[in-house]
Amino acid sequence: MATDSNTSGDTQTAQSGSGRLIAFGLIGVAVVLFILGLMDDYESGLSIHPMDQFIIEPFFGDGPIHWYTVTNSTVWMAAAILAITALMVLGTRGRAVIPSRVQSVAELAYGFVRKMVEDVAGKDALPYFPYIFTLFLFILFANFLGLIPGSFTSTSHIAVTAVMAGAVFLTVTILGFIKNGAGFLSLFWVSSAPLVLRPILAVIELISYFVRPVSHSIRLAGNVMAGHAVLKVFAGFAGALGVGAVAPIIGVIAIYGLEVLVSAIQAYVFTILTCVYLKDALHPHH
Amino acid sequence: MADEALVAAEEAAGAAGMPQLEFSTFPNQIFWLVVTLIVIYLILSRIALPRIGAVLAERQGTITNDIAAAEDLKRQASDAEEAYNKALADARAEAQEIIAETRAEIQAELAEATAHADAEIAAKVAESEARIGEIRAGAMQSVEEVARDTATALVAALSEGKADAAAVKDAVAERMQGGRQ
Repeated sequence: MATDSNTSGDTQTAQSGSGRLIAFGLIGVAVVLFILGLMDDYESGLSIHPMDQFIIEPFFGDGPIHWYTVTNSTVWMAAAILAITALMVLGTRGRAVIPSRVQSVAELAYGFVRKMVEDVAGKDALPYFPYIFTLFLFILFANFLGLIPGSFTSTSHIAVTAVMAGAVFLTVTILGFIKNGAGFLSLFWVSSAPLVLRPILAVIELISYFVRPVSHSIRLAGNVMAGHAVLKVFAGFAGALGVGAVAPIIGVIAIYGLEVLVSAIQAYVFTILTCVYLKDALHPHH
Repeated sequence: MADEALVAAEEAAGAAGMPQLEFSTFPNQIFWLVVTLIVIYLILSRIALPRIGAVLAERQGTITNDIAAAEDLKRQASDAEEAYNKALADARAEAQEIIAETRAEIQAELAEATAHADAEIAAKVAESEARIGEIRAGAMQSVEEVARDTATALVAALSEGKADAAAVKDAVAERMQGGRQ
């Protein structure tokens, strides 16, 4: 009996050891591929095209892009769906009271966004939690998958972020009028300000209200796009300098780390702003 | 004119390297984005969220139950302690009672025995006194008889005749009377 448990313990240690080895190997391969992939186009000299990575092209074959064409953007959106499914569905299939690692990550994401919705927008905003969670997970996974070398970042495109921000803006505005009727307009009428100032403030509030979807969408796309472009520029320097390109490669690694942070933070910012707008719709009174 | 300008602007944007402003790709991106979001929403709302919600609720329930069970056990333990203390106090009180009762019983028995003995002693004393009186009376009588006999014998010896028995008796009685007084 004792020998049995001993052996199984050994196998387990060996398994986790080899698993760790495989993980480190994969990371190493990814880093090498990443640097090679960034450099291969630029061997010929200093002709950096940092924006080429954002070009949308058909994934299968060549030709014009119709509305239904499967493009590189489409493929990485599908990858985001698969990753989300893997985390939120496969990861939780054990339904364990004491969760596995993947399940606790899924629960963490769930609890994080749910608490955010509840804290920022209030308890009556919880019915909208699935929509907000959908947005959060899509942005988070699109950002993270976009950091894989050679991949495509769907959220770097203003068309994508504008649709999401526009959908939030429309939903919140319509919801505000449905829930509060004309009372929703009190959002623009700052009752705590002196009466003389109120019309001026109303104009400012109105403008800021309509600027919301613009800043909401451009913030996300701009951050992601700028980070990726900077990565490409540094990689271009590395390609131009050839073997001696230590500084640009260190720069690339540092900015890559920053981009990982930005990916998560921008997903968080987009989500929490959605919650704030939702709060305005549900409780428009200052 | 306006169309031409737009096309020119578009081309310029493309040439300047802003694929984000390539408006011809917008319908494609928007269509696939909407599809993606709907798919994610369906996966989350149909499968993932109810499952995670149930797991979290179950965990909360388990924790609550465990805490309640611990609370219950604690209460039971304190109840048991209380019962133990009560039993101890009861036993002590009972012992005290038994001691007091026994003491009272012994006291009563003792008193009874003492009274009995006193009565017996008194009876014995009375009896003894009666016998002493009797003995004393008997002794007095004997003394008188002896005195009379002695006097009769003395009288007979001295007077060489018969002594007057009655006279001797009177004289002895008189003397005894006097002697007694």
